[in-house]
Amino acid sequence: MKINEINTFRIGDEIPSLITKPISRSMLDLYAGASGDHNPIHIDIDFAKKNGLSDVIAHGMLVMSFIGQAMTNIFPQESIKKFDTKFISMTNINDILTCEGKVINLEFEDLLKRIFLKLQVRDESGDKKLLGSAVIELILNEKKDITHE
Amino acid sequence: MLNRSLIGKMYPETFVLVEKQKLKLFAKATQQSDPIYFDEEIAKKNGHPSILAPLTFLTTIGYEQEKPYQYLEDLGISLGGILHAKQEYTYYNCIYAGDKLRMESKIGDIYERKDGMLEFVSFISNYKNQKNVLVAESISTLVLRNNENK
Repeated sequence: MKINEINTFRIGDEIPSLITKPISRSMLDLYAGASGDHNPIHIDIDFAKKNGLSDVIAHGMLVMSFIGQAMTNIFPQESIKKFDTKFISMTNINDILTCEGKVINLEFEDLLKRIFLKLQVRDESGDKKLLGSAVIELILNEKKDITHE
Repeated sequence: MLNRSLIGKMYPETFVLVEKQKLKLFAKATQQSDPIYFDEEIAKKNGHPSILAPLTFLTTIGYEQEKPYQYLEDLGISLGGILHAKQEYTYYNCIYAGDKLRMESKIGDIYERKDGMLEFVSFISNYKNQKNVLVAESISTLVLRNNENK
């Protein structure tokens, strides 16, 4: 049923955005343990201060995982072929992130539909945290896609 | 300035068994809502052989290296002085619980921007499974902060 919806995607369409819980210290602690990224800049405020920050910052890869989830909420994961992100600014404790994706191009090859997404994660005040792109390939069952011209 | 002669330096291969428990913990930590990322029964009902590894799970493989921070020593930089600037993935096949992955990694590039104010180092990795099938490639780019190492 997911498939029917996404097969009708047109240029300019947006995927449903994902809004995170406020970033917390325990969230970063849990992610450090689960990912193996124990860089103290994410968990130790003393270390963060020693390195010129006012507090710990979130793992960029945690932010990337949120925007990844916004995609897998709607696209089957096996259809996602490329996923690139740039970390634009630091994500801080208490930030609430909004993860968004927009269709910027489409390509068709026989029964293959290729969707190019532009990705963005921002906080509540609109500060961009991450910019990215993704390529999704869907196999169409029949050539009845309404966006196929 | 970072030592450009390190471009191309390869790191020892890393072998990792993708454990169910580890995937469950990673799903929890990244707040996955879809049970195909933590419930084997539901994953199977949805046509997957086992629990599916989410898109960013590959990041954990690098930390399984015997010396995950060897590159800091090689480059003469400190952990507190770097930030993650970019992450790129190309996916060829999904990764599931029970897979045995082999990661090969090398320093892909070292370059500067803004007249040397910013220095970047990128690592290129590829990941193969137990069938020797390429499952993914990644490029991780780090940026040096504050010019503290100059």
